[in-house]
Amino acid sequence: MIRFFTSIRLTVVCLALGLVLVFFGTMAQDPIGLYLAQDKFFRSFFVSAAPMWAAMKKTLQMLHIYMPPSTAADVLHGSRFPVFPGGYLIGGVLLINLVASHFKRFSLTWDKAGIWLAHAGLILLLLGQLGTDMLSRESSLHLREGESRNYSETEREAELAVVDTTDPAGDKVIAIPQRALMGRQSFQHPDLPFTLRIKQFYPNSEVANRPANSTEPPAATKDIGLHATVKDLPRVTEMDKRDVPSAVVEVITPQGTLGTWLASEYIDQPQSFTCNNRTYQITLRARRYYMPYSLKLLNFQHDVYPGTDIPRNFSSRVVVERPNTGEKREVLIYMNNPLRYAGETYYQASYDPDNHGTILQVVHNPSWLTPYFSCILVGAGLLLQFGIHLLGFTLKRKPA
Amino acid sequence: MKRLLRLVPWLFLALFACEIIVVMMPKKEGQYHTRAFGRLPVLLNGRIQPFDSVARNSLLQIRSTGDVPIEQVPSWKFWHHPKKLRSSEWLLEVMARPDVADTRPIFLIHHSDLLGELKLQDKGIARSGLRYYTFNELKALVPEISEQGRKASELKTEQQSTFQKQVTKLANALSLYQRLKVTLQPEGSADFGREMAVFWQNLPAARVAAQASESGKEFDKEALHRVSKTLGEIQQMAQFGYPLVAPPLDPAAARNQWVNAGTSLMESSRTGEVHPALTNLIAMATAYHQEKPDDFNRAVADYRAWLAPGFPKELKKGEAEFYYNDVKSFLHAMIIYIFAFVLACGALLTLTTTPNVSEALRRSAFYLVILAGVVHTFGLVFRMVLENRPPVTNLYSSAIFIGWGAMVLGLILERVYRVGIGCIVASLTGFITLMIAHNLALGGDTMEMLRAVLDTNFWLATHVVVITLGYSSTFAAGLLAMVYICLGVFTPLLRLPIAAGGNAVALAASKGGRSAAGGMPAGSVSEREAWTTLGKALSRMVYGIVCFATLFSFIDTVLGGIWADQSWGRFWGWDPKENGALLIVLWNAVILHARWGGMVRDRGIMNLAVFGNIVTSFSWFGVNMLGIGLHSYGFMDEAFKWLMIFIGSQLLVMAAGLLPLRLWRSFRTEETPPPAAPAQTDGKPVPA
Repeated sequence: MIRFFTSIRLTVVCLALGLVLVFFGTMAQDPIGLYLAQDKFFRSFFVSAAPMWAAMKKTLQMLHIYMPPSTAADVLHGSRFPVFPGGYLIGGVLLINLVASHFKRFSLTWDKAGIWLAHAGLILLLLGQLGTDMLSRESSLHLREGESRNYSETEREAELAVVDTTDPAGDKVIAIPQRALMGRQSFQHPDLPFTLRIKQFYPNSEVANRPANSTEPPAATKDIGLHATVKDLPRVTEMDKRDVPSAVVEVITPQGTLGTWLASEYIDQPQSFTCNNRTYQITLRARRYYMPYSLKLLNFQHDVYPGTDIPRNFSSRVVVERPNTGEKREVLIYMNNPLRYAGETYYQASYDPDNHGTILQVVHNPSWLTPYFSCILVGAGLLLQFGIHLLGFTLKRKPA
Repeated sequence: MKRLLRLVPWLFLALFACEIIVVMMPKKEGQYHTRAFGRLPVLLNGRIQPFDSVARNSLLQIRSTGDVPIEQVPSWKFWHHPKKLRSSEWLLEVMARPDVADTRPIFLIHHSDLLGELKLQDKGIARSGLRYYTFNELKALVPEISEQGRKASELKTEQQSTFQKQVTKLANALSLYQRLKVTLQPEGSADFGREMAVFWQNLPAARVAAQASESGKEFDKEALHRVSKTLGEIQQMAQFGYPLVAPPLDPAAARNQWVNAGTSLMESSRTGEVHPALTNLIAMATAYHQEKPDDFNRAVADYRAWLAPGFPKELKKGEAEFYYNDVKSFLHAMIIYIFAFVLACGALLTLTTTPNVSEALRRSAFYLVILAGVVHTFGLVFRMVLENRPPVTNLYSSAIFIGWGAMVLGLILERVYRVGIGCIVASLTGFITLMIAHNLALGGDTMEMLRAVLDTNFWLATHVVVITLGYSSTFAAGLLAMVYICLGVFTPLLRLPIAAGGNAVALAASKGGRSAAGGMPAGSVSEREAWTTLGKALSRMVYGIVCFATLFSFIDTVLGGIWADQSWGRFWGWDPKENGALLIVLWNAVILHARWGGMVRDRGIMNLAVFGNIVTSFSWFGVNMLGIGLHSYGFMDEAFKWLMIFIGSQLLVMAAGLLPLRLWRSFRTEETPPPAAPAQTDGKPVPA
């Protein structure tokens, strides 16, 4: 067992399998989209038949053997039979192999110091990436000039928010993330005098006005849902498009049902109802992450090269304000120069077409520094190792 | 005889050095000072460039060449240089004598379906199998072509068929040509200078009339009519004029606010003040149209004199870039590389038969590679200074830099093992990469400005340079492996003993006064003198280079991740370009570990290294062809075909490499075994 895990053959096999995996994982991105390809190839223990087939068809298509490309839906509903080791498996075995060999075989002598350092750096890199995978969180912050916000949103996930707006001093928000909506049927919360029952959840949908004479049933029995229809759509795979989820929610009090509401990202205006003399709003919106401080956009600048529309720089001047410490400062966020603050990093990601609003990418990643250290370790290690041997080679040559 | 052979390398060097010096010397002007004109600065694509660059890049897009040949010379008369219209001359002609320019066969159309669709098969002229058309021949088809082009460009590039791509290309070329025509004067104007003079005279009266008409009073219709034609022409020039030729009047206030001629004239018609630049530029166009060289030369000199105080930087940039265009250093480096390659191959093949001739050839190749390297470096550094950037900013410059890296590596190898192999690596990669760069340049301006996220000299200087070095070294290792396989299968050379100095033993022996006449010198040399064999030496070179390729590609993949972390907030996103880099790292790691683990020997390493070529070419070019990803440079059909041919050829070499050793000429058992070289324990790291 120990011999198996410390064998260099295992290393070579894993590396070679990794090569094949990365190749097909890259190929699959075109037909099924970056995120899905990442999930199916790299963030999994086994690659199943459907995504692999999608990647192979893309490869053949590039060789002018045309077959109808797979879609994301084909992959999501296709065969789950494992056909190839996935990223977690290969990475995991490599990591075990690396750590085991590190202790078993590498001795800390001058001769091997380089190898030792390089592999230590590699272990750090792999562990750091594992950390990133588990702990990092991405969201975005859209600000118009003059606007201030204390939360960021993630477009890749929705939440069903029930807001108690009765108290004029402040709203009380109870939010259910999308993942929970997809898995469970009903939700209760000690602060809510009713149960929420998810009658229908659409990860991607189209909401349309329902003409009065339509034979189709309305989407819900209350408010906007009475005049709308909702249609299930396949999930999008293009990187520049996104899903628009919708849900039909029933509110049930101990006295009986209050009716069903259609909540959707299509619907901007709040839909309210009252229960036990309190007013609630129900919305389906991009999932929010609140922070104990706020960012205010002073101005956004979009520079172009003279006489062209080639972008030269995008920059956002923002004020960071933290009420509990009284901190207030102005910072400039621009391309290749993010703001790192309170464990979050704010990057200039996009902007409004009228150049008066900015979109900042917000990343929370506790292990962001590991690649820096690992790069130094591996670089130094390999340089030392190869340098020693190069030196040895030249010295050996000279006296001959 | 020996002394003569010693002179040969110097003769080669002198010959090519002379050529380079002649190329670099300043050249004389003709009757028209078109070179001085070509140096004048304009603003286009967001950067100051000379008229000559506008002309050259336009011609590259239209005709795929930088000049326009104006006489036909049969190709076997290679010593006879056909007369050419230099790029600046062509541009002048387009701008000032469009009637002549319309008769030049410059539009390259080679897609047979397109030719059929436009019924052009019988028109145009054919040169080296390519068909060229004049604007006059295409004029009637312009609406049809632009309509087809418009339809095609509504699709994403990766969804377009080859036909649609070609139509789009032709439509763009035609539109570019027509825009160039109205740069300095409206099309077909015989004396725009006079026309403008009359216009300025009539303008005040026309303005009065226009004001009267606006307020509903009686007005002079005739006065308005007198300026309306010119005004319409100016408006058209403002709308379509391509390069921004008029500098801002006040350089201190807004240095970058250049406008095109039409816009400047419109502005003047409001303020009543004529821009001095326009006066001179219009004078140039009129003089060139009326064939008055003295007037033309005076206008060029006057304009230069006007620019000198306010725009010294722009003038200097124009001059420098003109010189860079004119010297064409990469073209000359390419020519020298190919000569060096032939000489180095000759050296390798004559190594056993006539060692002294071989040595002369090898030295010649070595000197020529150095010379080509100097010219290559000159071009590279000149470009860096012009752009004020690190060496690699786009795919074009990455090709140039990969060649440069391989050249340096090859020279180092040649210093260590003096058998011509380093020269082969340097000259072949130099030649091929410059060839690739030349083809990439056909897309247009190669010094385009960098989009916001790339606009960082720090990361360009670290990440991009290191990754390109990684490509260079992986390619060099692959090429050496190919040399190993070819020599091994087809020649007995792999067993050639090499003396401690790095020279072949045969040569060392002949230098020592002994004769090494004919055949394998195996018997004539004592074991003590042989340091290693060519085969072992090659294997060691490949191993060493793979080590450094691993170092470069790993460091660089991580650096790329750190850059991504700095600009997008994620270290690793499985983006195709990142994956490409990772593939190279993984592959190099496979090679090293397979060797350390004793899973492969020399021949195995070689086959793995050849496969490294495939991996690297996929990473460099292939990932750009997927049509996705943040870094993609664009879709390239033609390049894809070549990539497939390249991959096919590599697979063939690997198939040869997999032949059983008894079929390899170098390892046939019936021949005398090679002298036992002390290379079995060559001191390379073999971790326990």
